[in-house]
Amino acid sequence: MIGNILGGAMGKVAAQGDYESIATATLSSGQNQIEFANISSAYQHLQIRGVVNSNSGAVDNIYMRFNSDSASNYSWHALSGNGTSASSAAGATDASMLICRVRGTGTNVSGFVLDILDYANTNKFKTIRSLSGFDENGSGELWFWSGVWRKSPIEAVSNIKISPSFGGATNMIANTRIALYGIKG
Amino acid sequence: MPATYENIATTTLSTNGTTVNFTSISSTYTDLILVVDCSTTGAQDINLRFNSDSGSNYSRTYFYGNGTSALSARESNQNVLRALYTTTTRGVSIVQINNYANTVTNKTVLTRFGDSGNATAAGVGLWRSTAAINSISIFAISENFVSGSTFTLYGIKAA
Repeated sequence: MIGNILGGAMGKVAAQGDYESIATATLSSGQNQIEFANISSAYQHLQIRGVVNSNSGAVDNIYMRFNSDSASNYSWHALSGNGTSASSAAGATDASMLICRVRGTGTNVSGFVLDILDYANTNKFKTIRSLSGFDENGSGELWFWSGVWRKSPIEAVSNIKISPSFGGATNMIANTRIALYGIKG
Repeated sequence: MPATYENIATTTLSTNGTTVNFTSISSTYTDLILVVDCSTTGAQDINLRFNSDSGSNYSRTYFYGNGTSALSARESNQNVLRALYTTTTRGVSIVQINNYANTVTNKTVLTRFGDSGNATAAGVGLWRSTAAINSISIFAISENFVSGSTFTLYGIKAA
């Protein structure tokens, strides 16, 4: 055996401010929606990292909206695996972006990492990519997503809402933690 | 402002070896990211264990493309979590462990890896333990990591 690394003994600090924590939502009880508002345009890209749990007991979709846009301006493609087969899916004119799937089981959560590229640019539609999944020791799903927000006139992203149902009955529940980070170019 | 994305520890092997350990991992971060860039002396699964747990507490769902087919498979009740498959060509794996220090939920682990001589793949793993992760072992069962392989652990701190 070689290479015992003691945590912190050889740590180095990254350049200050290149990757910044903007805001974090940690749920202690059920909540239908998480919102990140008044997002500064000072960064180049945004990243959202989290773990999600829901209350339905079934497999729930988790959606995202930009700037409260609920019109049919979202498109996405996905590659998924369920432990048996790999498959693909797509949405062309949706009212929100599908970013994650979760089955709330109490002690198991779905994890995801999502990137929003050039989010403040007012000349480009906004592109996202995401890796998410959950495993339950005998079942589970893994998803690669890519998506685009096609609102016109084009806007910088200044507000992000995440919800399993946007006003519906399904909530994200305790043990859900979603954090927004800004990456400087 | 304290660093949000911090290099906790890094090692580059100066000789061939079978195991790399990150120990005494602080619980002050929110997420961990492990980056493995390695090759091995022969085709081999690269495995993870958390907190020295060698019980049958690991499982994963994954998909991969090998240049011929896109496939998905699953492993249950394993005593390791497979993060990478390498041959003598170089493979890279990025392992994301969100909320690693919480003591309420089991730990969900997202992995992406690619080996130019084999396949590209992604997986979601589960460590069925509510303990905070304080150590990570990365090891090959029957082959050696080749000298020059690098292993880096990062911590991300949310506001």
